[in-house]
Amino acid sequence: MAQYVPNTKDEQLKMLEEIGKTWNDLLSPIPQGVRLNRELDLPPGISEFEVMAKMASYAKENKVFTTVLRGAGAYRHLIPSVVRHLSAREEFVTAYTPYQAEFSQGILQSIFEYQTMICQLTGMDASNASVYDGASAVAEAVNMTVDRKRRRALLSSNLDPQSIMTVQTYTQHLPIDVEIIPSKDGRLDLDWLKDHLTEDLACVVIQHPNYFGILEDTQAISDVVHSTKAKMIVSVNPISLAVFKEPRAYGADIAVGEAQPLGLNIAFGGPYLGFMATTSDMVRKLPGRIVGQTLDLDGKRAFVLTLQAREQHIRREKASSSLCSNQAHCALTAAMYLTSMGPVGLKDVASQCYHKAHFLQKQLAALDFKLKFDQPFFHEFVTTTPVSTNKIVQHLEQHDILAGLPLDGRTMLWCVTEAVSEKEIHTVLRLLEEVSK
Amino acid sequence: MSNLIFETSREGRRCVILPTSVMHGDDLYPEFTRESALELPEVAEIDIVRHYIGLSRKAHGVDNGFYPLGSCTMKYNPRLNEDTASLAGFAHIHPLQPVHTVNGALKALWHLQQSLCEVTGMDAFTVQPAAGAHGEFTGMLLINAYHQSRKDTARTQVIVPDSAHGTNPASAAMAGYEVISVKSNEKGGVDIDELRSLVSEKTAALMLTNPNTLGLFDENIKEIAQMIHEAGGLLYYDGANLNAIMGLSRPGDMGFDVVHLNLHKTFSTPHGGGGPGSGPVGVKKRLIPFLPNGTIIAKDDALAIKNDDELAIGRMRSFYGNFLTNIRALTYILSLGRDGLKEASMNAVLNANYMMEKLKDLYTVAYPSTCMHEFVVSMEKEKDEYNVSAKDVSKALLDVGIHPPTMYFPQIVHEALMIEPNETESKETLDFAIQAFRDIYHTAMTDGQALRDAPLTTPVKRVDDVLAARSPILIYKKPE
Ligand SMILES: Cc1ncc(COP(=O)(O)O)c(C=O)c1O
Repeated sequence: MAQYVPNTKDEQLKMLEEIGKTWNDLLSPIPQGVRLNRELDLPPGISEFEVMAKMASYAKENKVFTTVLRGAGAYRHLIPSVVRHLSAREEFVTAYTPYQAEFSQGILQSIFEYQTMICQLTGMDASNASVYDGASAVAEAVNMTVDRKRRRALLSSNLDPQSIMTVQTYTQHLPIDVEIIPSKDGRLDLDWLKDHLTEDLACVVIQHPNYFGILEDTQAISDVVHSTKAKMIVSVNPISLAVFKEPRAYGADIAVGEAQPLGLNIAFGGPYLGFMATTSDMVRKLPGRIVGQTLDLDGKRAFVLTLQAREQHIRREKASSSLCSNQAHCALTAAMYLTSMGPVGLKDVASQCYHKAHFLQKQLAALDFKLKFDQPFFHEFVTTTPVSTNKIVQHLEQHDILAGLPLDGRTMLWCVTEAVSEKEIHTVLRLLEEVSK
Repeated sequence: MSNLIFETSREGRRCVILPTSVMHGDDLYPEFTRESALELPEVAEIDIVRHYIGLSRKAHGVDNGFYPLGSCTMKYNPRLNEDTASLAGFAHIHPLQPVHTVNGALKALWHLQQSLCEVTGMDAFTVQPAAGAHGEFTGMLLINAYHQSRKDTARTQVIVPDSAHGTNPASAAMAGYEVISVKSNEKGGVDIDELRSLVSEKTAALMLTNPNTLGLFDENIKEIAQMIHEAGGLLYYDGANLNAIMGLSRPGDMGFDVVHLNLHKTFSTPHGGGGPGSGPVGVKKRLIPFLPNGTIIAKDDALAIKNDDELAIGRMRSFYGNFLTNIRALTYILSLGRDGLKEASMNAVLNANYMMEKLKDLYTVAYPSTCMHEFVVSMEKEKDEYNVSAKDVSKALLDVGIHPPTMYFPQIVHEALMIEPNETESKETLDFAIQAFRDIYHTAMTDGQALRDAPLTTPVKRVDDVLAARSPILIYKKPE
């Protein structure tokens, strides 16, 4: 049953009659040879109540952990009610790309504000309206820096492995050589980088904090990268920017990242939000939508999609990317989140993440969970484990706690955000003490 | 009300307060500490609510009114979809949880993949791509991997009709292919003779939208498929227009080897002001090995997530796709079922033909045969004779609360307006829109200036996009 077709059968017949056609006439353009002369092998439609019951039964088979100590690219943070409610406004949810500026000022302005906030966080001059996710943002950024003369991209091995694979996938048939920079003590091996600079180097990509939570020596890396004319791409956790230096401060040319932490549910991996920001001289290389400020006929401030000469609907195969639909609603949500937090609130989120993670790490050390890399970190860190990671995961799971991510049988990547309460941290420590005995 | 949130900001205002925490780990590392100010808005909860409600009132979605934006399938987005996507068991699960704690998620995605296989006649799907263009890019990489696996490495070209969406050639180029454009014939289909002259041992694939961007079903589809396959190429289906043919015809049966769908079009997931969408990719058997890592697969009678597979093209993004969007699409498929999907398509076709028939005496329909779910009119003559453009008609529609059709696409029709009414619109709505289009046409004949001045009732008058591009202002800067 098609609950969402308003016209009754009679009305449909009346319409056919009015235009002097039959159903057969309307379907006549489909050649006989390719018609499906049977029903689809799917169950018939059912009521919304039955559908809800079915979907709820799927949802119930998933375990929702009370405490989450796992990050690795998806972070559970507290999300204010106001964000959930406002982002659900139907005008935002059921509109599409704001092609008709006069009818879409609300959406355009919200994106303009989002772009501004991303630039505030990163210190950059321009941001696009979003890309699919953090990993594809890294790949798009690499593509921005490559030209005829510069075809070599160096990726830190401390990037999220999914970002590395996405870059390799994106560039596999393009004239781009992707190489991996080895890691030394959990950080990028700067000496290796110095030894591998070439004239054709297009970019160096790092993640900061990196996949293991560690803060990279961004200034030193930047100095080395810029000793050639290559670009520095940094993938950042936007929450961390409330307390740590913005990418512009150490000379990054493109700042990208996964903005899921800004008010989006972890939701089994998506929808998330890839952000991209850069300096004014590289704006025209950005992929995707960009909103700009302009005037209307009466000279009133207005917003509109701009710099479209980069895009696929104008440039076709010469476009900077094929990106069309993006993650606009996630960007809207992120802007609402940042607004509801404000500078003070966001700083509070970041420093709670920092302190709670550092607290847990210190206490864990006392339980013989040794810090794998003795390096500065944000809210994630790697430890060895006194017993197998499997055992830890299982023990915590019984108490509705999702343990850190096992990297192998005896190492674990932990994450603590502000969403983990002090009480929960103490519970975790107690349970880990139990299991380690 | 049209303040930017930054202009509403007042120093010291707060909205959200976190639970207090006194836990102290370490002092912040001074060498990493941010020195510059972070100028995010400082507002109270009432300020943020008024701000965004104000913005929402300056936006227009399907819920506000008719939205016949061609090629985008702006159908009604059922509320039920939002409810299922909000279930805690979907919204609050971590993508890296142990597999035995996410069985329901895997089952739901598998259910969706299998349903899409049946609707399209394909053998397997991945739901990882985040949108249509992402699906196209995925598809091109799959095709490339297939040819390479057969050591068939000289295939460097992808053929794309001149009526194709811009993402098609752009996606083919991202996969390293040379894009060859093939003309459309006088009926709006692929020019078979030209195609024959372009197909060669270099052809990796033909990308086709069917029904195409003119809303027309290509009558030569079988012949086209045969021609490409005989030359050793593969057939790629841009499923943006699947809404016309569900339960009626299947790309897999037409001969397509790889398809992408736009769940945010055909399967009723909301467009969100530009996204998130979802662009699953379906393939025939011989391409299954190449599906990306992160795809849900059945392995030894259990569901699993493909990981670190040698043959896979890699991965298109992190994790498994826009999961909650995919949950919404599954909800829709369960709701409609086999009968509802077919009925949806038939009514999409009926509504389009109804509008076309009732406008064609005034508006020039670019290819006036029976259309599928959309049709394209041209304002070329009116532009020449009365200086009234497709854009002017569009802006006039805003004043009656109708979102305009897609303008200036496909590029092969000058002054194009692409109208896609969708099955979820009632006869009254269509009649109202038809009358509006007709009135605007008459105004074009008598008072073109009135259209060139439109819109008058929107929050801003006609917007200067040339100015925006000439001197770009892309972020707000606090006045000195
Ligand atoms: C015919 C056609 N192909 C491809 C696309 C690209 O889809 P998406 O915007 O989801 O990337 C569109 C969407 O606008 C389209 O209309």
